[in-house]
Amino acid sequence: MATHHPHMPNATEEATSAMLSAVGASDVEELYEQIPERLRFRGELGLPEPMTEIELQQHVGGLLERNETCESNLNFKGAGCWQHYVPPVCDEIIERREFLTSEWGSPESDKGRNQAWFEFCSQLGELLELDAVGLPVYSWGNAAGFAMRMAHRLTGRTEVLVPESISPERQSVMENYSRLSSGERRLTIETVAFDPETGELDLDDLRERCSSSTAAVYYESPSYLGTIESGAETIADVAHEAGAECIAGVDPITLGVLDSPATHGADIVVGTTQPLGIHMNGGACSGFIASRDEEEYVVEYPTLLLSVTNTATEGELGYAFMPEQLHRSSYGLREDGNDYTGTSVYLWTIANAVYMSLLGKHGFRELGELVVERSHYAAQRLSAIDGVEVRLSPSFFKEFVVDFEDAPVSASEVNDHLKAEGIFGGVLLGEEFPTLGDAALYCVTEVHTQADVDRLVDAVTEVVEA
Amino acid sequence: MSTPSTDERPRDDEAERATNEGAREGRRGGTVREYHAKVWDEPSIMEMGAAGRRGITFPEAESAVRDTVGSAADYLPDAVAREDDPALPEVAEPFVVRHYLHLAQETLGFTNISMWGTCTMKYAPTMNEQLEKRHLSNLHPRQDDDTLQGMLEIAHELDGYLQELSGMDRFSFQPASGTQSAFVFTSLLRKYLEDRGELDQRTEIVTTLYSHACLPATADVAGFDVVTLQPGENSYPSTEALEAAVSEKTAALMIVNPNDLGVYNPNVDEWVDIVHDAGGLCFYDQANFNSTMGISRARDVGFDASHYMLHKTFGNPKGGLGPAAGAFGCREELVEYLPTPLVEYDEADDHYSLDYDRPNSVGKVREFWGNLPLVMKAYVWVRSMGAEGIVEASNLSVLGNNYLETLLEDVPGLAKTVENVTQRRMEMTRYSWGELFEDTGVSTVDIRRRLTDFGIDAYWMSHDPWTYDEPFTPEPGEMHSKENIETYAEALRRIAEEAYDDPERVKTAPHNQSIDRVDEERIDDPDQWAMTWRAYQRKFGDHED
Repeated sequence: MATHHPHMPNATEEATSAMLSAVGASDVEELYEQIPERLRFRGELGLPEPMTEIELQQHVGGLLERNETCESNLNFKGAGCWQHYVPPVCDEIIERREFLTSEWGSPESDKGRNQAWFEFCSQLGELLELDAVGLPVYSWGNAAGFAMRMAHRLTGRTEVLVPESISPERQSVMENYSRLSSGERRLTIETVAFDPETGELDLDDLRERCSSSTAAVYYESPSYLGTIESGAETIADVAHEAGAECIAGVDPITLGVLDSPATHGADIVVGTTQPLGIHMNGGACSGFIASRDEEEYVVEYPTLLLSVTNTATEGELGYAFMPEQLHRSSYGLREDGNDYTGTSVYLWTIANAVYMSLLGKHGFRELGELVVERSHYAAQRLSAIDGVEVRLSPSFFKEFVVDFEDAPVSASEVNDHLKAEGIFGGVLLGEEFPTLGDAALYCVTEVHTQADVDRLVDAVTEVVEA
Repeated sequence: MSTPSTDERPRDDEAERATNEGAREGRRGGTVREYHAKVWDEPSIMEMGAAGRRGITFPEAESAVRDTVGSAADYLPDAVAREDDPALPEVAEPFVVRHYLHLAQETLGFTNISMWGTCTMKYAPTMNEQLEKRHLSNLHPRQDDDTLQGMLEIAHELDGYLQELSGMDRFSFQPASGTQSAFVFTSLLRKYLEDRGELDQRTEIVTTLYSHACLPATADVAGFDVVTLQPGENSYPSTEALEAAVSEKTAALMIVNPNDLGVYNPNVDEWVDIVHDAGGLCFYDQANFNSTMGISRARDVGFDASHYMLHKTFGNPKGGLGPAAGAFGCREELVEYLPTPLVEYDEADDHYSLDYDRPNSVGKVREFWGNLPLVMKAYVWVRSMGAEGIVEASNLSVLGNNYLETLLEDVPGLAKTVENVTQRRMEMTRYSWGELFEDTGVSTVDIRRRLTDFGIDAYWMSHDPWTYDEPFTPEPGEMHSKENIETYAEALRRIAEEAYDDPERVKTAPHNQSIDRVDEERIDDPDQWAMTWRAYQRKFGDHED
């Protein structure tokens, strides 16, 4: 029986029987002659009856209506996935079927898409002031994990220093790339303390821990806890003096108002591109790896790399994967390749490219200044409430730590109250960072108006002073 | 303007409508169409725009905000405050839109026939994109469970459907791709062996040459030694070869089946027994699941864990290599090791939650808990197909591939590989253009490029290493119509004939694309490659040498 399913043009009796007769089979069972009977599934699949599109749209729409969103609530959660404004142009472009549904293709037939990828790398390269930018990896933590192993291959060493202020999520991902390996390739991750007043890396602790065994010093700016790292230059110097690589993790949306870590000596820069035109999607992740355009670094990338090149017509430019690099990846060398690579988040790099084109030369500064001003406004107003303290100030971009230790209610109770007011309070830090008191990480971006912040402050005041 | 009623339609027209789906004869006869890509000669965005133009502007902070905090500069440490604006283009919004529209138009992609083997090209329903935009784009991963009940229910239900399709006991959707699914397995395997005190003893993972490269790669990343079994005469290694490779050092077997060549190893259950008897685990990479959906189940065959590509088999758009999602499933004994968090359902309270309290978990391979839009779309796919539709999709995939085989049978210079396996191939078949290359000097790379001149996407050749000369691996899937398959075969036949008549025409292909043939070789040279515009400018200035 044919289902006539609208996505399967051959699901008709006519097409099926014509093809069966062409291949000389009397029924579809004969098609599976390679599979022995004992390996066949002969039961009934316990799946629900199929629905038509109109039924499905109502059914799935109805289920998803049961979620609450950051559109119907006022959201102050960040912590690795942030609510930034996504220009609708980003959506329009990546919904184009040419981009949405393609696979690899050829460099000529998919010229436009490859050029869009190149423009992602090119524009991110300008923000980072780096000449080599790889095609995307899965997430920030994934990028940091890969970079750490690049450093290991570059130095032959096995210790990696990371800040104690790192996101536990990210650290867990990085650990998967370190502790799993055996013998000489097993990396150890050690944490470096942060200054409890400023949140910046404790440089004395760094100096003490950094040694001739250190493969890489990894730091972040802004850190998971929001702090802008002003000691970037010193961190890189300490790493380099010990013969280690310096890897920096960065949120690229800050780079209109903050220097790229590369200008302060970082050798490899990693991060996420989710803030650059990608919706949160309940945890969208996208990572990048960039470095100077030096062969010793480039050959260690685990990602595919794309380059601009010539075509057979003089003066014309085309774009292609670098063949040797493709070969050096696990696609070519299997277990001997650099780490592992596969399908990643390439579509989103096109949204990133569009986003960076829209903001252009001046947009990142304007956006950055707006975010800094509004987030500091929120922090200052919150810290004016009795019993509420903003920790690790004064230098942060969009996220800051709010400590309710001295308040009559807990951070969790504050969130419950906010929730009832249609506000998603900050991500609780109590379990992850007990030294910060009873704290939550708040995020304020360009989508939050003064009125939004005032509403938050009023609601917090109400519960704390009640 | 009046529309003729059905009864008034000419008879011939009706007959054509009944049998063809857009298969009107092409200009040169047959069903292969003429095609030419848009040529925009589109500049790089980096060259576009002019000083002062803007693609977006942002408001200034409210006066009360500025009165309270002063200016942003006060909060940016001098040591790292950026002085110069980044050298990004200054382009007005309409021109950004046009530019990327032009780039979309200069992309053939999957806008027409694409039988890209090993990737299962499938229709991506428009409705799903609307659902994603409307309902998922503004979800934050750290929202309380109470606020995510709809999405959690979808994930929980999809877990159940996959259990049904695989026979496994539990699924995680955290892996961001098939490769990451394999990595979940090697991570989990390590932890499992550690708990049993066997980690030092079991150091080897056995795989086969025709299993995907991500299996040995992730085995290596997790610190295992890789033993790769070479193909036997039927393309899968002999059972004796497996027996010889398996020992007390064996940690696991990781394989695909059917393999890349469309050949199914009929001894796979025996293989699983051999590895189990030696104390190892067995992982089934079901990347090629389109051929066996509802036909055979991983757990029934004996595997301990398996994975499914939601971006491939389950109706998600490919995105030109992602976003993707792997669904990793395993049997009960291994569930404790799955990545954190897992979706739990409390029937008494009718409440879904994310369980983070899982002390034996391998932790995380990616931040948060999964690529939720892909999980939602996979759910839609299963609900749209139902059991009958899913089995029919497998039937049509295998049937379509075998139909294509019959049409390609006497194409000059083309041969099917592993001819001693006479049974029908599964959802794809590997061919070789070796003879055609010998005869004409035209390579498989030339042919795939020439194919795009007919508006048909280039084909997949083979994973590395190439074991057959000039390989070619098509996979029609269930989306392509019978007529599409005929057109595809006709285009290949036409190209093969052209290779014998006018080889230069094929060797210099493509001829109908936005740009001429790209020089890939030169960009292996560090002095020539340029991954960014700034590198290109530095190396070549304004003028290419």
